[in-house]
Amino acid sequence: MTQPAAPGEAPDLLYGETEDDLRATVRDFLSIRCPAASVLTRIESSEPYDLPAWHSLAAELGCSGLLVPEPAGGAGASYREAAVVAEETGRAVAPVPYLGSAVVATAALLAATGPEPASEDDRKLLAALAEGSVTAALAVPFETAPGSALPTSVRVAGAPAGAGARLAGTVTGVADALPADVLLVPADGVPYGLYAVDARAGGVTKAPVVSLDSTRVLCDLTLDGAPARRIAAGDVAGAAVTAALSAGAAMLASEQLGVAERCLEMTTAYAKERHQFARPIGSFQAVKHRLADLYVLVAQARAAARYAAACLADGSGDAPVAVALAKSYCGETAVKAAEECVQLHGGIGFTWEHPAHLYLKRAKSGSVAFGTPDRHRATLAGLADLPGAR
Amino acid sequence: MLSDTAAGPAATAAGDIRRRVHEVLEKHDPASTPCLDFLRARFDAGLAWVHYPPGLGGLGLPRALQPIVDAEFAAARAPENNPRRIGIGLGMAAPTILAFGTPEQQQRWLRPLWTGEEVWCQLFSEPGAGSDLAGLASRAVRTEDGQSWRVNGQKVWTSMAHEARWAILVVRTDPDVPKHAGLSYFVLDMTAPGVEVRPLRQITGEAEFNEVFLTDVVIPDSDRLGAVGDGWRVAMATLMNERVSIGGGALPREGGMIGTAAAAWRDQPAKRTHGLHDRLLRLWVDAEVARIAGIRLRQQLAAGQPGPEGSAAKLIFARLNQEISSFEVDLAGGEGLRYDDWTMRRPEASNFFGRGPGFRYLRARGNSIEGGTSEILRNIIAERVLGLPPEIRVDKDVPWKDLPR
Repeated sequence: MTQPAAPGEAPDLLYGETEDDLRATVRDFLSIRCPAASVLTRIESSEPYDLPAWHSLAAELGCSGLLVPEPAGGAGASYREAAVVAEETGRAVAPVPYLGSAVVATAALLAATGPEPASEDDRKLLAALAEGSVTAALAVPFETAPGSALPTSVRVAGAPAGAGARLAGTVTGVADALPADVLLVPADGVPYGLYAVDARAGGVTKAPVVSLDSTRVLCDLTLDGAPARRIAAGDVAGAAVTAALSAGAAMLASEQLGVAERCLEMTTAYAKERHQFARPIGSFQAVKHRLADLYVLVAQARAAARYAAACLADGSGDAPVAVALAKSYCGETAVKAAEECVQLHGGIGFTWEHPAHLYLKRAKSGSVAFGTPDRHRATLAGLADLPGAR
Repeated sequence: MLSDTAAGPAATAAGDIRRRVHEVLEKHDPASTPCLDFLRARFDAGLAWVHYPPGLGGLGLPRALQPIVDAEFAAARAPENNPRRIGIGLGMAAPTILAFGTPEQQQRWLRPLWTGEEVWCQLFSEPGAGSDLAGLASRAVRTEDGQSWRVNGQKVWTSMAHEARWAILVVRTDPDVPKHAGLSYFVLDMTAPGVEVRPLRQITGEAEFNEVFLTDVVIPDSDRLGAVGDGWRVAMATLMNERVSIGGGALPREGGMIGTAAAAWRDQPAKRTHGLHDRLLRLWVDAEVARIAGIRLRQQLAAGQPGPEGSAAKLIFARLNQEISSFEVDLAGGEGLRYDDWTMRRPEASNFFGRGPGFRYLRARGNSIEGGTSEILRNIIAERVLGLPPEIRVDKDVPWKDLPR
């Protein structure tokens, strides 16, 4: 079984001053650039991703370089800070590829090449990701859980592995790939490899998916002899994919914390202002007790999300447990919060014009992404030595 | 975290406090000093509760330093004051005495309270006043000379009353004003004539609690805490401390009731089913997240950012204990149909995690009732933390004597 974590050894689970400052900056920015009304308009436009906002968030606010070390062109921050930005993008249901590019693709590249890549091309790609001039996505289905079998739907085709390789195959339901300039594609072959593919190159087709969550539109990728450059091979490539999925699950847990927190806030405010039977509906215990229960869940989810971020930041051996805990707990909390948000808003909460549905769709999709809560509990069964029935 | 290697004032304070502990240990060898003498010496050195003022068992230092003191004394195998037995004194009476007591009262009560010489109990709830504590009916009337009060009434759900020397007591001193305004808070000598303690048997078969009957009990006015009519405010201070003390406690992973359930699961492969497995994993996640949230809460307190998350801890604790013990009975199957012992006993302290699954299941039902029902806690979170409008109240401006009962 896993080593019991003694209380004295627990990492710092609070927010530091730097994180508070970062949060304030990102929240201000998103409240101006991605207010709910504009997100509602955008999801039915031809550009569901808000690329101008993303480029400002990435380049001007420096959010794309948080995980990249300073010598490689990044901010040299950690998953603690990255998690705070994820909370804020969740609060705003911001249609930006922060999770896919600044977290998952960046984590994959860092794990594949190390913090100081040996190859000039890798160094350039990492620096470009960090400064926000390039957006990337890891080409795996969004529902892929960390620790699941490595994807094999894309194969190295034609030319031998290495420079000048060509890839063929399809990957369905990839998050944040629509706005990506570069695709990091895990591809089966001898050896297994992680490849960088220019998304505009010939042989690459992106087909947008009508997605449950319109604020993070998925796409199906088809690679038909697409030119690719190998950035890692064999065990290193596999480990890079797993590390990226782990980071994605942990930061998505923080994003879901943000979703849940915002749903609680919106619903609490509405319960104070909405009158029925000549009193605010929040004065009825049937309503206020549900909000109190939601508050409790959000407080617990915050501890779980901070623990996962801290474990990744510190390279703790407890990270696999922490990530599975956070992803299962925060996923269910976000869904619960969004469902309560719709219900307690009553009729208006069921309308398209009210943003509650954006949160519900983001929460439900997020709980499936990078492994369902159930899937993560199954992981914990293994980690905590709680085997199932035969 | 505070440690020897940390730089700055924190390290100085930690080093200084260790020096003080070792001075006590040198002067009073824990192996040969009688327990009570040792505890008194520790109190007098200000190492009982370092955040209390000098002269009252403390040094006026941050509370975060206390774990260092406790660890040093524990490492030296020093006698301890059996905090489980005197939990009500430590967790509820002491902070209230510190906040509202006169210097004379503090000098009289705090030292024997902390050393365990004098056990304390709490006389708040009544058969007619549970969640609506402010509606209580026990009456205190001033004696003719004005120096004392004569008290009549019945209190209930009182743990340790049969061992207690003192009680914290809330009674009605003025029935002619609205209910919150007519209460006063006293310290009651449990050996005074007219105090009768009877065991109150509970669904587990044992009697942790008591009923306490007060018949013409005389309390000197000098044993009052806070002003006449200010009893509600004083009682609220006590109850906030109760919630903190019931919900708190740092444990390792699987350190609470979930550890017992997980061990039973590992030991009995034949009893596993898919449905039970799903329940166990959900409970394991909830228990572990609650444990981490407890760590975060303590970090907030240590950093001087007390968060409202504290009120959440007791709600979670009650629900988890109930669901985990229910799971345990189901897992036990046929064994779960047996109960260890219905004999009426009087345990020395409440035991949430002991005995068999059946006992734990029954005892856990009380976790969402004692120390504030879960329903009242939800009201508190909703109104004080989330700022939702209060309940519509029909009893706020009516004299207590005119309320329907």
